[in-house]
Amino acid sequence: MFQIHVSTSINGDDTEFSCEADETLLDVLRDRLGLTGSKEGCGTGDCGACSVIVDGRLVCSCLMLGAEAQGREIETIEGMANGSELHPLQQKFLDHAALQCGVCTPGFLVAAKSLLERNDNPTEEEVRYWLAGNLCRCTGYDKIVRAVLDTAKEMRKSPKTKKTAAKKRVKA
Amino acid sequence: MNFQAGKDTLKRKFDTVGTRTPRPDGLDKVTGRAQFGADLTAPGMLWGMILRSPHAHARIKSIDTSKAEAVNGVHAVVTSRDFGPCPDDVLDIRENVMARGKVLYDGHAVAAVAATSRSAARQALKLIKVDYKVLPHVTDVDEAMKPSAPILNRKLFTKGLDKTPRKPSNIAERFEFGHGDVEAGMKQADLVIERTFKTEATHQGYIEPNACLANMGSDGRADLWCCTQGHFMVRQVCSALLGMDASALRVTASEIGGGFGGKTTVFVEPVALALSLKASRPVKIVMSRSEVLRASGPTSSTSIDVRIGMKKDGTITAGDATLRYQGGAFPGSAVPYGAMAAFACYDLKAVRAVGYDVIANRPKQAAYRAPGAPMAAYAVESVVDELCKELNLDPLDVRLKNASSDGSKASYGPNFDVIGLRATLEAAKAHPHYKARLKPNQGRGVACGFWFNFGGETSVSLNVSADGTIGLSVGTPDIGGSRASIGNMAAEELGVPHDKVRCIIADTASLGYNDVTDGSRVTFASGLAAINAARDAIGKMCERAAGIWGIPVDAVTWEDGAARPSSPNAGNHEPLTLADIAAQAGATGGPISGHCEINAEGAGVSFATHLVDTEVDPDTGYVKILRYTVFQDAGKAIHPSYVEGQFQGGAVQGIGWALNEEYIYGEDGKLQNPGFLDYRIPVASDLPMIDAVIVEVPNPGHPYGVRGVGETSIVPPLAAISNSVSSAAGVRMTQLPMSPPRLLKALGRI
Repeated sequence: MFQIHVSTSINGDDTEFSCEADETLLDVLRDRLGLTGSKEGCGTGDCGACSVIVDGRLVCSCLMLGAEAQGREIETIEGMANGSELHPLQQKFLDHAALQCGVCTPGFLVAAKSLLERNDNPTEEEVRYWLAGNLCRCTGYDKIVRAVLDTAKEMRKSPKTKKTAAKKRVKA
Repeated sequence: MNFQAGKDTLKRKFDTVGTRTPRPDGLDKVTGRAQFGADLTAPGMLWGMILRSPHAHARIKSIDTSKAEAVNGVHAVVTSRDFGPCPDDVLDIRENVMARGKVLYDGHAVAAVAATSRSAARQALKLIKVDYKVLPHVTDVDEAMKPSAPILNRKLFTKGLDKTPRKPSNIAERFEFGHGDVEAGMKQADLVIERTFKTEATHQGYIEPNACLANMGSDGRADLWCCTQGHFMVRQVCSALLGMDASALRVTASEIGGGFGGKTTVFVEPVALALSLKASRPVKIVMSRSEVLRASGPTSSTSIDVRIGMKKDGTITAGDATLRYQGGAFPGSAVPYGAMAAFACYDLKAVRAVGYDVIANRPKQAAYRAPGAPMAAYAVESVVDELCKELNLDPLDVRLKNASSDGSKASYGPNFDVIGLRATLEAAKAHPHYKARLKPNQGRGVACGFWFNFGGETSVSLNVSADGTIGLSVGTPDIGGSRASIGNMAAEELGVPHDKVRCIIADTASLGYNDVTDGSRVTFASGLAAINAARDAIGKMCERAAGIWGIPVDAVTWEDGAARPSSPNAGNHEPLTLADIAAQAGATGGPISGHCEINAEGAGVSFATHLVDTEVDPDTGYVKILRYTVFQDAGKAIHPSYVEGQFQGGAVQGIGWALNEEYIYGEDGKLQNPGFLDYRIPVASDLPMIDAVIVEVPNPGHPYGVRGVGETSIVPPLAAISNSVSSAAGVRMTQLPMSPPRLLKALGRI
């Protein structure tokens, strides 16, 4: 079947791939590029497990075509940690036991990162509404919301993590 | 050195147990490295896809797959013809994974293809021609029980009746539990209330769709990777369906993205194996969300009558219930569990619960967290609440007055051992939540819940490495942090830091048989087996120390992670730590490992009390959860964070069931909402924080006092929320979910 050639950037790496016209970005990430951290929970944009950041915008990668990645900057869960140094959100999710099965976790982390890049001091209600597009069936969200609020608090206190986050944002 | 209940029970001082250690799979899960069912690929892999019935009930006149087979890239097409004879106990599963002769529900599998790309597979599915003769269907439980209902299975005659009926029926079986004279009990009451309730089917709603990768060679050997709650069960069922030796099939459990009971059976796995066999290539099948909702197991929809008598002082004189559960197109709904659990919270002289297992044109139900119990508790706890209101009694006082306690005769037969229901009620009564003020349109609901808990067949292997670290292999897939809790129990027993133990889920070729991760059994049973395996290894390490010191083994004791002479008489030897002994293992007799193979008994039953405040908007029918507190007996919380997580997660699944979630079937028998947009599970903005209060009444059947905690948390919420909403709205609700239209109707607004 006819394939489209695409040049893009994924987690800072220049990336080339070919895909069929009806393949989603999620299909491409998972099946062509081996980036299986983004999950397909629904394929219809309802669960947020496939959340990625495209040119600084939070999107469900199941709702975007792979061909639309041409010339874009894409961030996935695989690019969230800086080498062996976890992003503060990743560390807080572990500290707060904010995951049980963990399949929704990549999507929550990407979505929460996108929130904190826009609002470094969200209220509980703002966290809950920002994350309303991400479904978790295990936790009841309690520990996830606490982990995000605690991360925001720590990032506000620590100029280092704030700077790192700011730098990454500029890059994006 | 196996643990025996009632002997060396209830260790009270712990180092690792009860602490909130990091989970061993945590890093992988926050970085995207963890591999779930759909994440594995194999060289030469094909994509499998399944064609599903568009009809609720139809006879398959013919299937023509020739055009599909001709599509470039298609390497195999299978139908029911590719599944040969199999043992009776898996006949229904064989028919559920691939329809034979008839399709029994919208979404029933009829054929499958394997192709080099998903687009080729999709194209092939469209070219399979199935000729159906559409038959009348029935999806509602009460309708399905009527003599005039369309009959799904002409060979099904109701079991459990005094006389076997002559006519086939959709009622598969009748069950009855209870004791005492119910009618005499009702006569002693000052008030008897009888109500009928209905609940809609809900789905487990795990975020990870069912997925597997099968690789079967022409020599009949196969490897299967899948997300499941029990890979030994998968091996057993799939090998039976494919006519293989069990040992010819090695199953590896992937990380599992939620199960809640829904992954305790097979759907796509046998199909992927059949395709792989036919194509001689690895085949991956991943269900879409729509397939998950249409064709994997939801829970039953139910219709329940409850009648309870109460004296003015709150004493319950008798309880009576009739429960009707449709479990989809095959027998086996959870109605017996519902009937057994219905009155389990109450110590009653006269109690009866009758259950009917009913089939209908819906997907075969699968277990869902405390299967059958939430609906039964909803009905019973609603009537108890109404009696309390009518007699002007405090709902917690009434429950305390009638609560089952140590030694009382359970409504389903046995006598309870040490139980924690009363402790959860007392904790609720003492909690500030119970005294908090409510505003207009707000209400508070109380309900209790019970679950049996299970032990089961369990095998664990504990290997001591030369560097003094521990590899712990268990066979129960980890659905919520159990590797952390089981590893911590082994570390506790051995006396080593928790991070010296690495707990993994071993494949079916590497360990003895393990029952499925179900019945809230894993932290209890695999934990018990891990403790026993640690004790086995300790025994061996004491033998090595005795040999090194040249003293008898009974003069060696194990304390704080080291072998020590048990008394000054045994000689003056410096302690040998686990690492010291491990380093010398080669020279002192070879590798050291501990094992435990057990059919674990003594899983203590579990109780919870839930408190919830809601606010009802009388104009829109919207219900807001204002405050929610769970009080549950964990026996002993091994890892408190994951115990709280179970309490919170169960409560929120219950909130979804009570307020939003339902399978909606049209007149045509088709599921109208097979997606997360219309099958709406709770999202973060629907909820407050869920307060979790861990009550600990140690289970005498476990060395550390553990009780399973996974399931009980979903039993009280339906009733607690309904009681709260009924109080806020001023009208008794008797149907779930309490969606805005249903509530507005009850309020007389529409």
